[in-house]
Amino acid sequence: MNRKYTLLIYTENHVGLLNRISIIFTRHKVNIESLNTSPSMEEGVHSFVITINTSLAQAEHLRKAIEKQVEVLKAFLYEEKQVIPMEVALFKISTEGLKSGNSLEKLIRESSARIITVEPEFLVIEKTGTQNDIQDFLAQLSDFDVREFIQSGRVIVTRPMGKLKDYLLDLERQEEK
Amino acid sequence: MEKVLGADAVLLSLIEEGQDTVFGYPGGTVIPLYDSLYGKRDKIHHILARHEQAAVHEAQAYAQVTGKPGVCIVTSGPGATNAITGIANANMDSVPLIVITGQVGSAFLGTDAFQETDVFGLSMPIAKWSAQITKAEDIAETMAKAFYIAVSGRPGVVVLEITKNALTSTTDFVYKKAPVIRSYVPYPEIPGEVIDKAAEMINAAEKPLILIGHGVLIARAEKAVKEFVEKSGIPFGTTLMGLSALPSDHPLNVGMLGMHGSYASNMLTNQADLIIAIGMRFSDRVTGKTSGYGTKAKILHIEIDKSEIGKIISADLSVHGDLKSALSYLTPRIEKKTYNRWRKEFDKFYQMELEQVIKKDTHSDLPLIQMGEAVDIVSRKTSGDAVVVTDVGQNQMVAARYYKFKHPNTFLTSGGLGTMGFGLPAAVGAAVAQKFMPETNKMKNFPVVLFTGDGGFQMNEQELGTIIQEKVPVKMVILNNSVLGMVRQWQNMFNGKRYSETDLINPDFVCLAKAYGIKAERVELREDLEPAIQQMLSFDGPYLLEIMVDKDMKVMPFIAPGSTVDEMKLVSND
Ligand SMILES: Cc1ncc(C[n+]2csc(CCOP(=O)(O)OP(=O)(O)O)c2C)c(N)n1
Ligand SMILES: [Mg+2]
Repeated sequence: MNRKYTLLIYTENHVGLLNRISIIFTRHKVNIESLNTSPSMEEGVHSFVITINTSLAQAEHLRKAIEKQVEVLKAFLYEEKQVIPMEVALFKISTEGLKSGNSLEKLIRESSARIITVEPEFLVIEKTGTQNDIQDFLAQLSDFDVREFIQSGRVIVTRPMGKLKDYLLDLERQEEK
Repeated sequence: MEKVLGADAVLLSLIEEGQDTVFGYPGGTVIPLYDSLYGKRDKIHHILARHEQAAVHEAQAYAQVTGKPGVCIVTSGPGATNAITGIANANMDSVPLIVITGQVGSAFLGTDAFQETDVFGLSMPIAKWSAQITKAEDIAETMAKAFYIAVSGRPGVVVLEITKNALTSTTDFVYKKAPVIRSYVPYPEIPGEVIDKAAEMINAAEKPLILIGHGVLIARAEKAVKEFVEKSGIPFGTTLMGLSALPSDHPLNVGMLGMHGSYASNMLTNQADLIIAIGMRFSDRVTGKTSGYGTKAKILHIEIDKSEIGKIISADLSVHGDLKSALSYLTPRIEKKTYNRWRKEFDKFYQMELEQVIKKDTHSDLPLIQMGEAVDIVSRKTSGDAVVVTDVGQNQMVAARYYKFKHPNTFLTSGGLGTMGFGLPAAVGAAVAQKFMPETNKMKNFPVVLFTGDGGFQMNEQELGTIIQEKVPVKMVILNNSVLGMVRQWQNMFNGKRYSETDLINPDFVCLAKAYGIKAERVELREDLEPAIQQMLSFDGPYLLEIMVDKDMKVMPFIAPGSTVDEMKLVSND
């Protein structure tokens, strides 16, 4: 059965690694739904957060194929209930039609969104939340003149209490043997 | 410290790694490397192939025969793209290679400069690791990393793309072998509990079957496997790539696994209650339809590459680690046993195959020579003391089925990729490896015998040139059926004998060899076959023997695509 899975991948920062990882998904005909890459807590270690929709067996196979890459330190696979996910979306709204009272302000307050800049022609709203929160918010904005909408990849923290540093130490210990 | 050129740094790295032979082909971006080679030709032999694909196959065979990684140098652009098939082939069969390709100067990268192709990007999905070097000072470190990655863990191909400016600028040279790579743990620890559980599983089995794969040969773990097999008393089969790991006539050998393997080992796979897979990856050519594979068996998978465990056939227990270590822990913990009743079940199937297939293939009374007859004669005359190389197709399967192997790593073939055109260059590579071997190596004086099809031979026949340049005494047997035999066999069996584009109009192979000054002969009659083979084997030097064989021969038994192992057909319907 297909489900949403999140892969959290820690890597060395090596040229071409994004390519190496993404071709693994292409090969297995699994579509990447969202991807975020950023530095991690540890100096020199990079992290990828990738969400996919697939079977558990396929997801686990992908995890192993990724972890096998020389520069990949560790790859973890999580189900939805094991992660606390967030995404960020930005909305650019034209100020022109905004005369109709304070309904936008109310909507922003109720949705825990915020205005991050106001310019003569437009204002920009930021909304952080789950994929669903963001989609809901977008739907509610249908009365307004949304000129641009963009959403980040997912970032997560995980429920298990492991620490990146400990995995790295474990790898170093194995390497020394 | 004295500065050296980047090009020198490449060669000094090779020398540090104990490499004395490279295969390759020069061109624009690697001219500096060849210039440096000119000054070091007393330390490094360069084998000039006639095509970059062939150079890589040669390096692969060299690696398999010597146990050292193979090294190949090609130029950028077309040199590198020509090498791609060789890279994919070696990587799929887990053979350690370092392929060094030229690249345009780093200032020109991305400009579609003359002979620029993105080798780094192209090679990624087909190599274990790739890197681009754009500075001379990075050469030594990256070379050390490349060698370490290529040979350790599950070996594979490393592709290094070096820009021309890196070769022509100067640097200090400091070499440190096997650098620590934090993210790479090639030899994982094997927990004691896992070994205990594995031993329990083995000791409890009543009809166990061992599968021996190429991993055993790559890990040079033949001795460890022999001890394990003999103490356990468990019958074993080998994959195509695992052939020669143990002698063919070993009393516990029940034959090759898979599509064209032996009737017994395939038919009884689904009777086994435990399958112990050692260094193999359950290729579709071995398993047939996976849902009907090993239906009564628990699976114990011993394998170094974690991503292979559970990929095709899920394992009830896996031992993830180096085979030699795994077996050295496991063997002392298993009981010494015999399974005479179970072993005898295989004999029943073997007798059927012997009567209905093997005898007909190797001692035929049909008017035309069968491929099996030629292989059988070579096998008897060399009594296992030969390096046997094949191309791909019927010739390959027949050689695999009828040659009786005695020594590890004496069978070279293209398994995972099934690359036609592999055979001739691989035979050249093996013969080159022998040339530089110490006298103490018993393989040194074995004849290298190639079995190839008429189709596959023509995919790299230009390597006849390499043979004469290197003066290597390769014995080439062309099993000429004037057709793309294996494809034709499928057309015969599954496409209503509609032989679409499988007939070949061939050149006169004897004349072709003679054009290169290579001695050659053609055989058409059965009574001439044995003397002709004898003459080829006794001749001092390279020799081409063209044997005209029956194009209607079918390689049997056969597990048809979509069938399960125990639906193997012993003979074809017509
Ligand atoms: C490079 C490449 N192209 C095509 C194939 C498909 N193929 C597999 S076997 C075969 C026929 C080989 O004919 P030949 O070399 O004459 O050998 P035979 O089967 O007749 O012994 C072909 C075309 C292949 N394996 N490799
Ligand atoms: Mg043929």
